[in-house]
Amino acid sequence: MVEFRIDKASGLPAYLQLARQVREALRLGWLKPGDRLPTVRDVVATSGVNANTVLKAYRELERAGLLEARQGSGTFVKATLGSVDPEVMDRLRAKLVDWVDEARAAGLENEDIDALVGSVLTEGERIEVP
Amino acid sequence: MTAVVETAGIAVRGLGKGYRSSVALRDCTFDLPAGRVAALVGANGAGKTTLLTVLSGLLRPDAGEFTLRPGERVAFVAQEKPVYKHLTPRVVLQLAARLNLVWDQARAQAWLERFDIPLDRRCGQLSGGQRTQVALAVAIGSRPTLLLLDEPLADLDPLARTEVMRDLLSEVADSGATVVMSTHIVTELSGVVDHLLLLAHGTLLADGDLDELLAAHVMVVGPRAQESPVRGEVLWDKHLDGQSLFLVRTPTTPVVSAPWVVRPVSLEDYVLALLSATRKGDVA
Repeated sequence: MVEFRIDKASGLPAYLQLARQVREALRLGWLKPGDRLPTVRDVVATSGVNANTVLKAYRELERAGLLEARQGSGTFVKATLGSVDPEVMDRLRAKLVDWVDEARAAGLENEDIDALVGSVLTEGERIEVP
Repeated sequence: MTAVVETAGIAVRGLGKGYRSSVALRDCTFDLPAGRVAALVGANGAGKTTLLTVLSGLLRPDAGEFTLRPGERVAFVAQEKPVYKHLTPRVVLQLAARLNLVWDQARAQAWLERFDIPLDRRCGQLSGGQRTQVALAVAIGSRPTLLLLDEPLADLDPLARTEVMRDLLSEVADSGATVVMSTHIVTELSGVVDHLLLLAHGTLLADGDLDELLAAHVMVVGPRAQESPVRGEVLWDKHLDGQSLFLVRTPTTPVVSAPWVVRPVSLEDYVLALLSATRKGDVA
């Protein structure tokens, strides 16, 4: 069972926050293929999220091929999100540790590091405007 | 996005209402699909109560018209949460059972029990929050298909607000009712409402699907500057000593170069920006 939470101050739309939380649960193995997701009604009753918002999140995940709605029986996990090879994870982490050391040595605080990482991540998501 | 087929709930066309010395509502036109949960937001005196009262059928508009779904059952909870002071909640429900053609006693009573409202104490001796719950119980018991709520959360503490919204959303998820709710508590609406109606000085400033409205805008933040580095209509701007902020309407996420950044717009950003722009009176 996933417990959904909405960060109301976030600029990220609520349905995308829900979709992200399902993706996280898949990545962390809390949800596995074949698992049944809480019904829209249950999510509304437990999390106080609007039914249309929950539906929109589920539809988004269905389109992404992660969930499937079965007529009359609910919404189920269809696919899992490929977990990364532990060795690759270790290697990436080690590189990141070196990088953070270097950043600290250069006088960056955690906030500066956050801002820098954030700017590089959003750079990858840029949409070109004609 | 696949289009979800939505049926019309409320269709409002050119609605206007004036009082002796002022205009409360001016040329309001919008569509609200059935099953939506809409927040009606605006400064005091913006016309929110007038709009709700007109939609409830209790007040005749001076201009324009509106249509509801055929057979719509409307419940309206006014801002004052009017319940008879000398009656107990139990008797208020008995009265409501006789006054409404459709009545679900179990639902109404369950609502009061869930919120620990004393059934046999006179309403005059209940707190403002408890009277709100009695008024909401009557509204829920009448099994509305359109629920109009004027400041339903104003007398409630933060915990009760969360619980009331959660339970209201559950009720409407079951019944498929459309909700229009006026409120000042904009910071608590994300994920709770899916539609926005924004009023200022009797005029509708914005309306539509909440996600779509917010996605069509960005907040551009950077060093102090006269003009936004992003093309598009600037709805609001603010200039501090070393920083400028622009709220820009733009269909796609724009590219800006450092030191400028683009941030998504929260509901609070959006509402405050639009309302403060009208207050200054300098909207183009």
